[in-house]
Amino acid sequence: MSDTTQTGPVLAADGTPLKRSLARALRMQKMRALMLIAPLLVFILLTFILPIADMLFRSVENRIVSDTLSETVVTLKDWDALGDEAPGEAVYESLYYDLFVAAEAKEHTKLGTRLNYEETGISSLFRGSGRKVDDVGEDHVKAIERANDGALKDEALWFEIMTGGSSAEGNTGLLDAQRAKLSQLTGDSFAGDIGFVPGAEISALFPRMATAYTDFALFTAIAEEDVVAEEDPWETVFVAFATAVQSAGGAEKLASYTGPGAAELTAAAEALAELEPISFKAAFLDMDEDWGDLGNWRTIQTYSPNYTSGYFLNSIDMQKGPEGAEPRPENQQIYITLFQRTLVMSLVITGSCILLGYPVAWILANLPTRSANILMILVLLPFWTSLLVRTSAWKVMLQQQGVINDVLVWLGLVDDAARLVMINNQFGTIVAMTHILLPFMILPMYSVMQTINPSYLRAAKSLGATNWTAFWRVYFPQSVPGIGAGSILVFILAIGYYITPEIVGGTKGVFISNRIAYHISSSLNWGLAAALGSILLAVVLLLYWAYDKIVGIDNVKLG
Amino acid sequence: MADASNTDAFVEFERVQKSYDGETLVVKDLNLTMPKGEFLTMLGPSGSGKTTCLMMLAGFETATHGDIRLGGVSINNIPPHKRGIGMVFQNYALFPHMTIAENLSFPLEVRGMGKSTREEKVKRALDMVEMGSFGGRRPAQLSGGQQQRVALARALVFEPELVLMDEPLGALDKQLREKMQFEITHLAHQLGITTVYVTHDQTEALTMSDRVAVFDDGRIQQLAPPDQLYEEPANSFVAQFIGENNTLEGVIKEISDGRALVQLDGGELIDAMPINVSEVGQRTRVSIRPERVEYNKDRLQEGVHTLKAEVLEFIYMGDIFRTRLKVAGNDEFIIKTRNAPDQVRLQPGQQIEIGWLPEDCRALDA
Repeated sequence: MSDTTQTGPVLAADGTPLKRSLARALRMQKMRALMLIAPLLVFILLTFILPIADMLFRSVENRIVSDTLSETVVTLKDWDALGDEAPGEAVYESLYYDLFVAAEAKEHTKLGTRLNYEETGISSLFRGSGRKVDDVGEDHVKAIERANDGALKDEALWFEIMTGGSSAEGNTGLLDAQRAKLSQLTGDSFAGDIGFVPGAEISALFPRMATAYTDFALFTAIAEEDVVAEEDPWETVFVAFATAVQSAGGAEKLASYTGPGAAELTAAAEALAELEPISFKAAFLDMDEDWGDLGNWRTIQTYSPNYTSGYFLNSIDMQKGPEGAEPRPENQQIYITLFQRTLVMSLVITGSCILLGYPVAWILANLPTRSANILMILVLLPFWTSLLVRTSAWKVMLQQQGVINDVLVWLGLVDDAARLVMINNQFGTIVAMTHILLPFMILPMYSVMQTINPSYLRAAKSLGATNWTAFWRVYFPQSVPGIGAGSILVFILAIGYYITPEIVGGTKGVFISNRIAYHISSSLNWGLAAALGSILLAVVLLLYWAYDKIVGIDNVKLG
Repeated sequence: MADASNTDAFVEFERVQKSYDGETLVVKDLNLTMPKGEFLTMLGPSGSGKTTCLMMLAGFETATHGDIRLGGVSINNIPPHKRGIGMVFQNYALFPHMTIAENLSFPLEVRGMGKSTREEKVKRALDMVEMGSFGGRRPAQLSGGQQQRVALARALVFEPELVLMDEPLGALDKQLREKMQFEITHLAHQLGITTVYVTHDQTEALTMSDRVAVFDDGRIQQLAPPDQLYEEPANSFVAQFIGENNTLEGVIKEISDGRALVQLDGGELIDAMPINVSEVGQRTRVSIRPERVEYNKDRLQEGVHTLKAEVLEFIYMGDIFRTRLKVAGNDEFIIKTRNAPDQVRLQPGQQIEIGWLPEDCRALDA
């Protein structure tokens, strides 16, 4: 009070601002509190937050296309997806080298599976082409091998050509670049000495060939743990050489080459002169005519970037086209319906839990402690029984030859020929889930109702209110926080429920979570599962936010 | 029986009994008649049946036997909300989700009154308890005393003829309690309403009531105005329960001319008023108020018996002195003296002689 005349911050006895000395005094306490919760914090971080973050990240991550077809995505960028022309020769050429390496690393099938989510048929296209990619330029490879009486069949000579001799200058930049590319492609480390460095001269003259041989060398030395100089180079090396010398200016380049094996290479080039230059496009169309299909190329181009909104678009029955988002074909639309069904059924379940739970909670709260405890055990009993057992019990109860139908038929209420269908539909899911989630509604309601003093009702009655008015105007408003808490709990649990709809839901009564589980464990489309999960999480958070705005989260009491 | 022909009777209990478990009676044969406008307090230790009586009157408990009448009409079968009785609860029971004005408006709303009437009545009731500016607040924003006033206003706003109060001041501190005691009685008399007030605080009962019904063991032990209750307790329970009291035990030696000669267990003789003793040789408990004991010989009447006493303790309490004595074997004998300039302060160990007027000493049941 005497401070009212003082201006500026309040000072402690030693002259430091009071706020600072208070903060210092509390810091020790805070540190101690933090230490106490640290184990739990770390545990939650490692087992909950990080996995969820990783999973959510998968919903936008799309590195597999650019990792596997690293060159193709670059050359494909300029292709006009909206035109009616398949991509040009350059794209097919890049595809050849990308696919060859991917096939060696057995990564092409994964990419096929990934792209198959977007365009059916791509998976088999990649799988088949991976087998046949070795055959591209077969004649040229043979011609090179036959030239010079098979001098270029010698692995050691190739090794020497590519290193440029023991004293030649090396191109370590290329080696490092290919190391990085391969480890991105396979997810393995390609670090370590491989006893090979591409020669500077050869990689300047025939970059494609040097790249191909470097890939081969890295793969041989590290993935297969063989000696590079003792292995036959990949066909890509031959094809790259053939393409280079048969293209414009190729002969001059070869003439200027002075390194090891210059004579053999020149002879090989002469042998190639009889052959037409390799057409990669023709080779791929020969492998599978689907390589001329514009749809496939559009899909590859659309999914070239490292991050994609494609999974999210799929989750809301849209797809990514060359012109942006577009609705999926009518017969493939499923997720919006599923989301709506999940929300509506969760609301119905929450509603029926309120209707059934409120009177029980009221009785529990108003009974003498002894009887309330016994009744409480009945409420809690389901918690001690396996979820699977309870759900299966409903299956027994509700099926057409089940207990309820039998009783109804026996009573004559239902004709034997017209037994009620109560399972494998929405009704079954709602009944079973209401039963399973009921305790989560009763417990918060009960703990709130317990705190409502019975004298409020008496007061209301003494003031002239009838039983109903006293309940509705005085008791009910005070029990709303319990309803709110129970509803949030039940609704959020229901929206992500999986086991019960899976067992009793049939096809009409399944939730979005069942679809997520399908994509996680059966179709292995984790990106889509992650996108669906993210949307579900966002919906829950949105509803929570709306609830906070409307009812106020402070009004929620769990006890 | 005394039915509606007794025009004075506004609230009547006739042979009312109440049992919760069918084995013991919590209220045993209660008969009580209250005229209109009376402020009656039910006083008693906990478990004496006073709150049960109140709840039966309010309609929250049903009488096991007997008749409760309000204005000559039996209300046994009338539900609480139709009885039109205002009630103030121990914890106030203000509806926490409504503002003060809404709380007060509630009884008027359920009676179907129009908005303007309601607003006017609420304002008048709040002004009456000096809470006029608090209408927009919630109960939790008020202090205990303010909540108490609001609860009172709410019980009065619909102008009931009978108001029940169940230990309404129990949660307040001493100073506020005394202030509210005065305000409640003042208001009750001013409005002419009939009030039944339940408390276990005897000071409250004595200061506020027109009549006090002392409850014990399910029965009314004495029903009398406060002064009579204090000065002329009808039995030893009332004497013990109301105010401070010194008790000496003995046997009746002689009864004559409305005086009894009592021989105490130590052999000493004293004079007393026979209240509910009648036979010579009967055991009795003699009761004397601490402030009626005299030790100044000059002030003692001629011819009364005196007793020897030893001072054990002297306690200075400001306005009074409180001295503990050992008298006739009882070492919890208290005397109270006013702190006057000429008053003697007794010293522990001092031997004195004490006495009293025979009228102040009452021979009660043992």
